[in-house]
Amino acid sequence: MTGAVDHTVINLTVFVLAIFVGYHVVWNVTPALHTPLMSVTNAISSVIVVGAILASGSGEAGVGSLLGTIAVALAAVNTFGGFLVSQRMLEMFKKKESRPPTTNHPPPTNER
Amino acid sequence: MTANQVALSYLLASVLFILSLRGLSHPLSARRGNLFGMIGMALAILTTFAISRRIDLALGGLAIGAVAGIVVSRRVQMTQMPELVAAMHSLVGLAAVLIAFAVVNDPAAFNVGFPIPRGNRLELFVGTFIGAITFSGSVIAFGKLAGLGKYSRLFSSAPVVFMGQHVVNLLLAVFMIGNGFLFVTAAPEAQWPPFVAMTGVAFVLGILTIIPIGGADMPVVISMLNSYSGWAAAGIGFSLNNSMLIIAGSLVGSSGAILSYIMCKAMNRSFFSVILGGFGGAEGVIAGGGEHKAVKSGSPEDVAFLLSNADTVIIVPGYGLAVGRAQHATKEMADKLTKKGVHVRYAIHPVAGRMPGHMNVLLAEAEVPYDQVFEMDDINSDFGSTDIAFVLGANDVVNPLAEQPGSPIYGMPILDAHKAHTVVVNKRSMAAGYAGVDNPLFYMDKTMMVFGDAKKVIEEIVKAL
Repeated sequence: MTGAVDHTVINLTVFVLAIFVGYHVVWNVTPALHTPLMSVTNAISSVIVVGAILASGSGEAGVGSLLGTIAVALAAVNTFGGFLVSQRMLEMFKKKESRPPTTNHPPPTNER
Repeated sequence: MTANQVALSYLLASVLFILSLRGLSHPLSARRGNLFGMIGMALAILTTFAISRRIDLALGGLAIGAVAGIVVSRRVQMTQMPELVAAMHSLVGLAAVLIAFAVVNDPAAFNVGFPIPRGNRLELFVGTFIGAITFSGSVIAFGKLAGLGKYSRLFSSAPVVFMGQHVVNLLLAVFMIGNGFLFVTAAPEAQWPPFVAMTGVAFVLGILTIIPIGGADMPVVISMLNSYSGWAAAGIGFSLNNSMLIIAGSLVGSSGAILSYIMCKAMNRSFFSVILGGFGGAEGVIAGGGEHKAVKSGSPEDVAFLLSNADTVIIVPGYGLAVGRAQHATKEMADKLTKKGVHVRYAIHPVAGRMPGHMNVLLAEAEVPYDQVFEMDDINSDFGSTDIAFVLGANDVVNPLAEQPGSPIYGMPILDAHKAHTVVVNKRSMAAGYAGVDNPLFYMDKTMMVFGDAKKVIEEIVKAL
């Protein structure tokens, strides 16, 4: 064995492990919250705004920084819109717990 | 900031993203989870600002996007969530493509190295074509969900099919991959033509792969595009050697993939049969042997009488409730019934509505307590001991034909509404459901049909109660 580990291999390690984490975390999400799950993941995927910021700040103004700035704006719609609309939805799911229970059923648990 | 500090700060952001999804395991922890997500995102953005050479342009872009995002998140109606989510997927896809172009344009700005190493070029190719497909596919999905079919046939909710469609798609895919290969192996000065060609074909492919998919397969499509948008982000993370992007992208990618799987399973269809499309059209006419079967139909007043004399009622909401925006009226009806001592619950089929969990959000919006809302597996055994199953704008998900071998929807898990002592069905007309299959539930002796727009019918029931 010679040489340093390639970037691609390190990336692949992170990638594979993250998929496992994602798999286990997402199976635990209650079906009632699948729509908020989608809007939250939407917001999270807008983390590519990081790449866009680097592109827009690449130094002298040119094609690259123009593309980057547009990408920042696009991704930011998701960053803000995604988290805020999720919050709006989740508030709706909250409202009811403060009301007196109307049935004898225990609240659903998330045990699987 | 040193490179190590940046990496650690990104690691913290990644952990916060994982915690934000973790929070969604229960409605009570979900808001805290969402907060974790926001903190993680703020951390990621601030860290990147700290290492960026200039931030004025990015701040401008961020401000524009923020205003748009805030306005949209406030104005959007809950019935429009599927469209909104589709639109947001398209933005992520397009942003990924733009970033990839910026990287190819000036790799040094991203510390990628020049000429771009082959590994990174391969990753750029993958990230770009997934991003491009996500973008154009999501635009089509948005059009279908928002009902833009009247403006262009591309957005028609009926499947758009043409001769040799799959062959054309296959050839385009081969052409795209070929150009991607050329891009990976090309000398730095010759890399633009194949890169641009590859991206262009990917845009076209995104359109062509979504148009043949019919309106009611949208829960799968939207989950799939959710998944793609994550893989696109991960692809960009690979090409920038950024672990946080890879982690966040993989979380989103696997989330969308799992949702697609759940949706396919709930329709008893394979993922590939959905993707290949062509199934189900506009509301079809009933295919039948011409025999005229009688249905018993009643007025809203009749339904009100039945409901108020029942002990237990299960409401089965479907797409008709969403279209009619009848969720608030339904809640009012349930409240009145509860006051009369009727035990009211809701049964939700996984594919009810146009996206996963859509019905739950609509009911939550109407302030239906979530402990009255049950998933299919938790409530199905209770139908047999229930006085009235009230089916509101649902059809295929309560079709008992799904239990008969040989029927087109055989094997699809259904809500056992037909086992209730009495069944009340609200529909706009006798048209068959999305699957184009007649529903024997409507002809049963114990079934009463009440025709009309869901909201109007329920409001009249409320009046009569």
